[in-house]
Amino acid sequence: MLEGAVLLAALAAGDPQAGEAVYSRCLACHSLEVNRTGPKHCGVFGRRAGSVPGYDYSPAMKRSKLVWNEKTLDRFLADPGKTVPGTTMTYAGVPDAKERADLIAYLRQESAAARCGK
Amino acid sequence: MSFFAFSSPQVARRAFLGKSGLLLSGTAIALLSGREVLAKQAGGSKAGDVRILNTALSAELEAVAAYQVGAESGLLEKPVLALAGQFQGHHKEHADVLAKTIRKLGGKAVEAKSKYAFPTEGLKNQADVLRFAAGLEKGAVSAYLGAVPLFQQRDLAKAAASILGDEAMHWAVLRQALGENPVPSAFVS
Repeated sequence: MLEGAVLLAALAAGDPQAGEAVYSRCLACHSLEVNRTGPKHCGVFGRRAGSVPGYDYSPAMKRSKLVWNEKTLDRFLADPGKTVPGTTMTYAGVPDAKERADLIAYLRQESAAARCGK
Repeated sequence: MSFFAFSSPQVARRAFLGKSGLLLSGTAIALLSGREVLAKQAGGSKAGDVRILNTALSAELEAVAAYQVGAESGLLEKPVLALAGQFQGHHKEHADVLAKTIRKLGGKAVEAKSKYAFPTEGLKNQADVLRFAAGLEKGAVSAYLGAVPLFQQRDLAKAAASILGDEAMHWAVLRQALGENPVPSAFVS
């Protein structure tokens, strides 16, 4: 219970500006607007994992039944391989909870921005 | 152009390539020397390593395509164009080695896409191209950093770290070219 409260507090405190710097680590594989080595991030909130049209997901991601929100993103970004064993996002993760919160806040902000068609 | 802070771009390239060539040779040897230990990997861990290598290969193939976009943009001055060609060549070498290693491990190497989407509308001048390339290289450093601890086979982790070093040098040179601090911190993330 307390752990959940701490998580929610951290997520609520996410700084999108700091999150943009964290997102720069993702740029070899991802972008907001287009599918690259990884799927695009525009529209990620509320989207079922493995459902971006035109992106070739791993079977593991397609089967995951995750729906992306602050909580599931936080869990996945902390340890992608543990959260979705078999994912092609072969990345150790972002271990720092504040950095994850910042990154998620950035994704939330950009998802609502003009370049994401909003 | 004097942005590399060497006596000439040619000197800069020679200095840079001399060092990175050593790194890549080491990588190629480590990955392709037919190590028995690779053959001894259990099926599960081998599949995991192949998955990591394929993600890296996909990103390397995309980097090759991105440098091609930069090279064909008509925005790069001659010395910068030559350097972009050298960096693209490194990514091709990375991709070749990764693909061969995947096949050696019994996996199927991903192939280059017929078409890549890049933000070409935002590339108006040489600095834009350099900044775009620097962003990709920084991302590559982070991607390899995040992949290194996941390998089951330590030789593969070592080889990935060697590629990471090469990407970091690319990133530093591109930052220098942009007039930014080439090495902004003691650690990468």
